[in-house]
Amino acid sequence: MRVLVRPAQYAALALYILFLGFPLLWLISASVKSSGELNSLTVSLLPGEWHWDNYTEALEKQGLVRSAANSLIVALASTALSVVIAVPASYVLARLKGKVRAAGVGWILVSQVFPVVLIILPLYLILRTLGLADNLAGLTLVHTTYMLPFALWMLQGYVAAIPVELEEAGAMDGASRLTVLRTIVFPLLAPGVVATAMFSFVSSWNEFFFALVLLQSPENYTLPITLNMFVGGEGKVALGPLAAGAVLAAIPSIVFFSILRRKLTSGLMAGAVKG
Amino acid sequence: MTATLIRPSPTTGKARRKPALARTRRREAIALVLPSLIPILVLSVAPLVVGIFLAFTDARLVRHPDYGFAGVDNFTKLVGNDLFWDSLRIGMIWTVGVTLLQLAAAMGLALLLNSGLRLQGLTRVLALVPWAMPPVVVAIMWQMIYSANGGPLNAFLGSVGLPSDVNWLGDFSTALPAVIVVGVWVGMPQTTVTLLAGLQQIPAELHEAASVDGAGAWRRFTAVTWPSLRPIVTSITSLNFIWNFNSFSLVYVLTAGGPGGKTMVPVLFIYLEAFKNREIGYAAAMGLVLVVVVVLILAVYLRSQFRDDRAVKGR
Repeated sequence: MRVLVRPAQYAALALYILFLGFPLLWLISASVKSSGELNSLTVSLLPGEWHWDNYTEALEKQGLVRSAANSLIVALASTALSVVIAVPASYVLARLKGKVRAAGVGWILVSQVFPVVLIILPLYLILRTLGLADNLAGLTLVHTTYMLPFALWMLQGYVAAIPVELEEAGAMDGASRLTVLRTIVFPLLAPGVVATAMFSFVSSWNEFFFALVLLQSPENYTLPITLNMFVGGEGKVALGPLAAGAVLAAIPSIVFFSILRRKLTSGLMAGAVKG
Repeated sequence: MTATLIRPSPTTGKARRKPALARTRRREAIALVLPSLIPILVLSVAPLVVGIFLAFTDARLVRHPDYGFAGVDNFTKLVGNDLFWDSLRIGMIWTVGVTLLQLAAAMGLALLLNSGLRLQGLTRVLALVPWAMPPVVVAIMWQMIYSANGGPLNAFLGSVGLPSDVNWLGDFSTALPAVIVVGVWVGMPQTTVTLLAGLQQIPAELHEAASVDGAGAWRRFTAVTWPSLRPIVTSITSLNFIWNFNSFSLVYVLTAGGPGGKTMVPVLFIYLEAFKNREIGYAAAMGLVLVVVVVLILAVYLRSQFRDDRAVKGR
């Protein structure tokens, strides 16, 4: 019996790897198959021959390129915006004690479990009143707002790790608070800001629900919305280019997440345990 | 705004930290927080308040909103809406199914990764990929897997002699289970990583002591591992429950609620009510009911967990 434990464990691990990895492998494989092979009834994991045309075809679709550009604009703008406004606030959140901090942390936790469906209707009405519905600027503001709690949470952890003594030393030397922030806190915060920015970028790049509700004109669509349209119009779009488009859309997220892996796990742990 | 900002230090580190942002600096603090506070108030708090208000009106999604107070009309109308209760039932199956399977699968994987096998690095990276991918891409990918024409799942089933013409996402009986599997695939990684971190905090001596006392693997799990993980399991289960209950994109792209409403989770139902039927007030009332349902379920769950804790400590 004892002897069988290890092999059984490896068999179980192999099943997990299959479950987690196979869908991804299949998507990538479909993206380099010819349309003949995709439509044939014999199913094979690896393509008979590698076709890169799917990628060029996907890129030739104007909708896809334009919506990728839209996604990029919204993700970059909302990332920049959320970092710029979250850094000062996270400093206060980390250094402040008492009720205000408790309220801030409480809000951050509550916002993680917000019933989006209750918010989306009024949010749509508010943005429409402001003339920002069906508008990339409006979507940017929404993404910024909904990324803020997590950005604040991550950043305040990084601020808390900076010893107050360093700031005090700076203040003793006669530096104003702004100078202390600029010359001592921000440089030490830089790695945290980079991690937060990457996470924000991915959240915005992947986001679907707000974009679906807020954007109505095809020229404003973000990448996830356009990909979804291609799914809806099945038959019109060949499977190969769709798979290629999906792979392209996933690349930035996967690259950033593999860089961020360690930082995110510790951040999430803190959130999960304290939540 | 000079050196006085940070007060001369009393002796202990703790006391020194206390006045870090006290009175004189309140204005500064407000100035630093305001840029975050404004978007949160306008685009997050205000919509929440307006949403609760709308639930008691007969608002419709039209250019010039002309609506009135409807009292509890929306809620009484809701009681007789079988489709809504159907979606709530489907939503519960989806949420509880995904949450429990996520926990079970993640627990298995976390235990495997914690038992010193090879391939840990690969598995860990692989385990985070599903979570990083855009939900739309995940849905497209699984549509290909489930495809009734030349999908790999049916091909595999055929090769081992099982029925191989199942239309997984299109069949009344298989659609919801098929969607649940995708939910597990997406959410399992994060749960695994959290559990793994929890497992690594359990002192090895506890397991060794149990082994010396003659406890087998299962006994060690129930007597040592599970009780130590309990607080983490409680919090991730609560969070997963809420996230799964509120999840929209995956089901929307995979099936759009079909076939025949068999995968119509409540969030999707409300979205359609608001933006296709344009009944905003009615949809908001449904949203409010959902929030109450989720809060009640969580309250009961958390209460039972804490009562157990007290019972254990009281012994």
